[in-house]
Amino acid sequence: MSILVRNVSKRFGDFVALDDVSLDVESGSLTALLGPSGSGKSTLLRIVAGLETADAGEILLSGKDATALAPQKRNVGFVFQHYAAFKHMTVRDNIAFGLKVRKRPKAEIRERVEELLGLVQLQGLGDRYPSQLSGGQRQRMGLARALAPEPQVLLLDEPFGALDARVRAELREWLRHLHDVVSVTTVFVTHDQEEAMEISDQIAVMNAGRLEQVGAPRDLYDQPASAFVMRFVGDAYDLDGALVRPHDVELSPAFEDDAVEAMIVRVTFLGRDVKIELHDGAGGEIVALLERNRYEELGLWRGQTVWARPQRERIFAADEAA
Amino acid sequence: MHRLWLRFVALGYLAAILVGPLAIVFWRTFEDGFQPAWDALTSPETIHALKLTLLITAIAVPINTVFGIVCALAIVRRRFPGKGLLNAFIDLPLALSPVVVGLALFLLYGREGWFGGWLEDHGIQVLFALPAMVIATIFVSLPFVAREVVPTLREIGDEQEQAAKTLGASGWQTFWRITLPSIRWAVVYGVILTTARCLGEYGAVAVVSGRIQGKTETATLRVQERYESFDLAGAYAISIVLALMAIAVLVATTVIRPKEANA
Repeated sequence: MSILVRNVSKRFGDFVALDDVSLDVESGSLTALLGPSGSGKSTLLRIVAGLETADAGEILLSGKDATALAPQKRNVGFVFQHYAAFKHMTVRDNIAFGLKVRKRPKAEIRERVEELLGLVQLQGLGDRYPSQLSGGQRQRMGLARALAPEPQVLLLDEPFGALDARVRAELREWLRHLHDVVSVTTVFVTHDQEEAMEISDQIAVMNAGRLEQVGAPRDLYDQPASAFVMRFVGDAYDLDGALVRPHDVELSPAFEDDAVEAMIVRVTFLGRDVKIELHDGAGGEIVALLERNRYEELGLWRGQTVWARPQRERIFAADEAA
Repeated sequence: MHRLWLRFVALGYLAAILVGPLAIVFWRTFEDGFQPAWDALTSPETIHALKLTLLITAIAVPINTVFGIVCALAIVRRRFPGKGLLNAFIDLPLALSPVVVGLALFLLYGREGWFGGWLEDHGIQVLFALPAMVIATIFVSLPFVAREVVPTLREIGDEQEQAAKTLGASGWQTFWRITLPSIRWAVVYGVILTTARCLGEYGAVAVVSGRIQGKTETATLRVQERYESFDLAGAYAISIVLALMAIAVLVATTVIRPKEANA
């Protein structure tokens, strides 16, 4: 099922959470809403779910206007950052909840719950209570619960935000795999660009209540539409008034007319690449990423003065570059 | 040493203020043996008074339980004009003397009161009858359920309720399956406190009941009446029944408290 967001705005008192946001999510895709905290990404997700109402604009689910529809009638699955587990129910009852309120036959519920317990790898834990599960297990239970009524859309609000790094990486991979199996239209909110790059087909970058750019992970990296996107998706540094990626910085030990003079302050070996940190005369920091062969060819050392020049750069309007 | 002192002071204070007087009541009741106490308890007026107290409690507690839960939900979950006022007014019965409550009811339902004339024209007796006594008891025991439930509702937050909604549960289903089970111990504790307050109510009921023996006399009023009639054994006997009820309620709370910690 597709999701269309049309010119949605939302305020909380004086705070503008969303400012005229429009977004298309294709049926069956996995889309990330990426942005810093307070950028409006969670609010947008909650408006799609019907947990918040937009001040202006509309939401279309499968082409039908759902702007005024109650969350109960939208047929969306929602996964919360802090799990929102029903603490007084067993894992099995948590997962069965959406089916029980729909008054499905008992045998069908039992079968579906067993199937989902298997899907989220919680076999044998069905009779436990949420308090007896680890964070990762609780979130998998949350996912199974959201998937049980076979929603047309799966929405995840920072689903891995409360977990530690190892479990997070594991669940990330697992979510991608799950999406390949279930292929329900999925939108998830994250502030972690790596997470967004790793699992989504499409990333929508948000900043200060506005949508900065929507595109495939690679397009955002290669063709950022704004300084914000360039800085937020991948590393970027100021070099002579332009933004440049570390591996697009060319270094030369000899004076070059159109290059910036800088001093090497740190050299780090990263396997194939060498990371070189530099200070220019004006106190700016630059990072260059050279292939190891190139680094040895140039014979660079810490403390050396070099001339840095961007191979490829992007110049954005002055107010944006800040 | 310091800790011993603290314990001594706390227990000593309790003994002087609570246990001592209670023990004397027990002792005085059975001073002349069981028979006078038993006779006093089994007199038709006393039995009626005890039954009346239980009846009023049985009406007031369910009403205040429903009202308390609804109020707590409104205060914590909704935004509406006058919410601050509601929050403040719920505590009013704790601050107001029950006698004042009784007088207020008098002004409302008395013959010269706002509703009194209309009610009398329609043959409805409120004052000096069960309705006024129930209303007075409801008023004084109003805050307990809401005051127990409000902090629990705040603590659990509304994420579980939102999750239930996205899973297709109606408001009613969400309340019965998610909200109520989450606040159940707070409700139980509130009900116990409300019950204790209803059983012990004296002041407001004293004003509105008219204290008609065998008709509008509750257990607490009966104690006072026996005392004033120099039937000390009778007064003490009824007191003991009330005290035992209160102790039963207190024991119930201590039994329930540890369960709450495990839930």
